[in-house]
Amino acid sequence: MNHLLKLSDVTIKFGGFEALKNINLEVHEGELVVLLGANGAGKSTLFKTISGLNKMTSGDIQFNGNSISGAAPDRIVKTGIVQCAEGKKLFSEMSVQENLMMGGFVHRRKKAQLKQSLEETYDLFPILKEKKDDAAGSLSGGQQQMLAIGRALMAKPKLIMLDEPSIGLAPLIVEQMFSVIQSINRNGTTVLLAEQNANAALKIANRGYVIENGILVLQGNSKELFNNDEIRKAYIGA
Amino acid sequence: MSKVLNKRNGIIAVLILSLLFPLAFSDNKYVLYIMTLAFIYIIAIYGMNILAGYTGQLSLAHAGFFAIGAYSVGVLTTKAGLNFWLALLLAVLITMGIGFALGIIALRTKEHFFAIYTLIAGYLIYLLIYKWEGLTGGVRGLIGIPIPNAIGPIKFESPIAMYYLVLLFLLLSIFVTVRIVYSLTGRTYNAIRNSEELAQTLGINTKINKLVSFVISVSFAGLAGGLYASLVRFIGPEIAGTTMVFTFLMYLIVGGIGTLAGPIIGTLLFIWLEQYLQSFQEHKMLIFGPILTLIVIFYPRGIVGAIQSLMGYFRTRKKESSKSYKTNSESTDMKSREV
Ligand SMILES: Nc1ncnc2c1ncn2[C@@H]1O[C@H](COP(=O)(O)OP(=O)(O)O)[C@@H](O)[C@H]1O
Ligand SMILES: [Mg+2]
Repeated sequence: MNHLLKLSDVTIKFGGFEALKNINLEVHEGELVVLLGANGAGKSTLFKTISGLNKMTSGDIQFNGNSISGAAPDRIVKTGIVQCAEGKKLFSEMSVQENLMMGGFVHRRKKAQLKQSLEETYDLFPILKEKKDDAAGSLSGGQQQMLAIGRALMAKPKLIMLDEPSIGLAPLIVEQMFSVIQSINRNGTTVLLAEQNANAALKIANRGYVIENGILVLQGNSKELFNNDEIRKAYIGA
Repeated sequence: MSKVLNKRNGIIAVLILSLLFPLAFSDNKYVLYIMTLAFIYIIAIYGMNILAGYTGQLSLAHAGFFAIGAYSVGVLTTKAGLNFWLALLLAVLITMGIGFALGIIALRTKEHFFAIYTLIAGYLIYLLIYKWEGLTGGVRGLIGIPIPNAIGPIKFESPIAMYYLVLLFLLLSIFVTVRIVYSLTGRTYNAIRNSEELAQTLGINTKINKLVSFVISVSFAGLAGGLYASLVRFIGPEIAGTTMVFTFLMYLIVGGIGTLAGPIIGTLLFIWLEQYLQSFQEHKMLIFGPILTLIVIFYPRGIVGAIQSLMGYFRTRKKESSKSYKTNSESTDMKSREV
């Protein structure tokens, strides 16, 4: 299988602190891969590094067969990687629809395509269509998270990186969220998902990695990880 | 009933007022002069607003660019003997050119570093004007800058004519600002102001967008400076000084940074207060220092922002009470947008 994303020995230092150490990670086309790790393990740092927001100290990142190491964040979005950052960062005074349109920024000249993407996003999240003229800041936590994901999808990424989309949401909403993520993947978008909720994440993922203190300590398919004693102890609580 | 008080009618009323203003004061040249001067400042402050208010990048070199515009017109008309209109056009282009070069360097820094960096750049512009006596007249300044050349039968000798000329440029500046703010470019700037990192993850090239915003911003300052030179007809290096830039900033913040009406309201309020309270001139910083601090803390969007939130409050209260017999389709005017 050919890889869509491949990280080779990616290391990043903040001053003297090594936040990521020799990360080797691959995501294949069409996969849903989960990155498990506790708070402060380095998940967001890894996503920001892939998006070009953090400059890595050494290593190489390949996407679609080309190196994107050192590329500017907006170039990386254009090549097809979009991240949905942690903590539902929205433009709170803009309306729901304006937020979505900002997500389609890279396709701003393709009006017809944008309209189509908008319809697709509304099909995926009907509640957003209902609230399309409301200020994004007035939405509930779950709706805001959906809007953040919808906005990322408007860029029509090949790979979407979701950083802890279930954080701070009620259990029922979390369940919905994971089923939506699964359908995004089934619709053809490759997904890299950072999570602490191993139980729910492993149910929808193909494969997973476990990160601790900036080091990938485990990897395997979902079943293997789900049955791994250490993971059960650390992340599932059984 | 209260429909007469809506935004469009308000704008039309202000426009008519500004057109009729000279007729009411046709025998009071001083009042006309002060108003014309205020309009010139407002043009410069609209430029400051695009960058600081809408794009979130506070440049303190703005008075420097105002001075570059003024001195370009001054030097080109008095020393090179150019026609005012050509000099004004060149002044705007020169300001934009220098803005482009300075912006490339300055925008490598962020937030307060950017503010400090541009403060230094502004001071360097001041020093350059001050020291380059051969060109700028140094501390003595440039005198004898001509009034705008007549265009056919239209002459600019009277204060009324200057008033209308500057008003025309002000309306043009407002028009350009409105077009930018409500376009995708405006939303892009808004995104950058909200969070540069977030803007980047949407695929926005923040470097280029900030640079373009910077150049647009200084073009307003250059235009205002050029008009200033031909209105006042004498310019000195102090127009590039830090007092000038902090005055602009004060007008903008009190009126409402990042709002469309803010530059007008803040500037007119201060200019006329200063006229009526003589002693106010000397003590204005003493009084307005604390007031400014309070505004920044409690009303970050200034007077306009305060009015907006007040109106929003009444509107939602009215809505609450009339909810039971209201259709859904009417609820879209909730969107709070800059006045
Ligand atoms: N810009 C930065 N400068 C210094 N340290 C950072 C920076 N970003 C993240 N870190 C540190 O890197 C570690 C990993 O953080 P993060 O990637 O946010 O973890 P996670 O997303 O897994 O919770 C933390 O110790 C955090 O404090
Ligand atoms: Mg994180």
